[in-house]
Amino acid sequence: MALETSDIQNKLVDNFELIVRDFSQQHDIFSFEVDSTSILEVMQFLRDDKTLRFNFLTDVCGIHYPDAEADRQFAVVYHMHNWVDNVRIRIKCFLNGENPEIDSVTSLFLGANWQERETYDFFGIIFKGHPQLKRILNMDEMVSFPMRKEFPLEDGGRTDKDDRFFGRTTDNC
Amino acid sequence: MSDSKINMVETPEGYEGTGFFATKLDTVVGLARANSLWPLPFATSCCGIEFMATMGSHYDVARFGSERMSFSPRQADMLLVMGTIAKKMAPILRQVYEQMAEPKWVIAVGACASSGGIFDTYSVLQGIDKVIPVDVYVPGCPPRPEQILDGVMRLQDLVKSESVRRRSSPEYQELLASYNIS
Repeated sequence: MALETSDIQNKLVDNFELIVRDFSQQHDIFSFEVDSTSILEVMQFLRDDKTLRFNFLTDVCGIHYPDAEADRQFAVVYHMHNWVDNVRIRIKCFLNGENPEIDSVTSLFLGANWQERETYDFFGIIFKGHPQLKRILNMDEMVSFPMRKEFPLEDGGRTDKDDRFFGRTTDNC
Repeated sequence: MSDSKINMVETPEGYEGTGFFATKLDTVVGLARANSLWPLPFATSCCGIEFMATMGSHYDVARFGSERMSFSPRQADMLLVMGTIAKKMAPILRQVYEQMAEPKWVIAVGACASSGGIFDTYSVLQGIDKVIPVDVYVPGCPPRPEQILDGVMRLQDLVKSESVRRRSSPEYQELLASYNIS
């Protein structure tokens, strides 16, 4: 008997009524939002429950919503996969723009280690309890978090382009 | 020798008589250096693939005295930087350059090594001349083997005409100092 999305939703609502919300089917992946303070317990439940069995954390990544309200400036997105029934889910946690902090899930999935470091590297999201939260892809001397919208994509040191023809403003040169 | 197809390097300018030939030391040293440039390929992407073709029998960089690829910077004369250099890799490139013994020359092969190319972005070094001095730039994305060979030949011209004292000249010291290389 395959795992239905309605079963997942009912189980979550029964156990975390105020914490989990906004269930939706986005294309072919079942998605919902979890309070950022409760991600550890929800994820542990999803992993350890006898019927849900989301035994694999596929991905952790960040999103920046610069136009959203202050408490929903950043999102951390988790993708989980149940290998037994081959069902995937997407979990979103929204974070405050001034103080983007969330619990690390490395205690549940060791594979989250590098993915959380990457998310920190590009978005500056702090994962509390991470064993080694430092930059992973960018150079250590970098001061910006380049995937945040306030940082320019282009490098300021470019000298062979005429800015008038490449759509740059003087601010990001 | 008369019917062989071996090309000899042209005799440099000088005085010739029976049993002697006199010319400047600079010219002789330059001739020797230019025709045995040992390349150090620093290949990170597609330009490196083009360089592999340049090394192969079809284009054969060995015809210009560069058949011996040196994968140790200490035994190399000519650093060929081929491909995108990420900012994180810049210190390594610099270290490789510093490990090379004088005299040393640098060719930036392709758009990325010369200027950052299409990668106008925060993570990519916008041309290797931001961290090390460059002698010859080869344009192209990626350049054809012919273009890389042309770059090598241009470098040979530079090497031939270089004074043996250039490396201790104040201009050269100043150039290195501007890159904080001592």
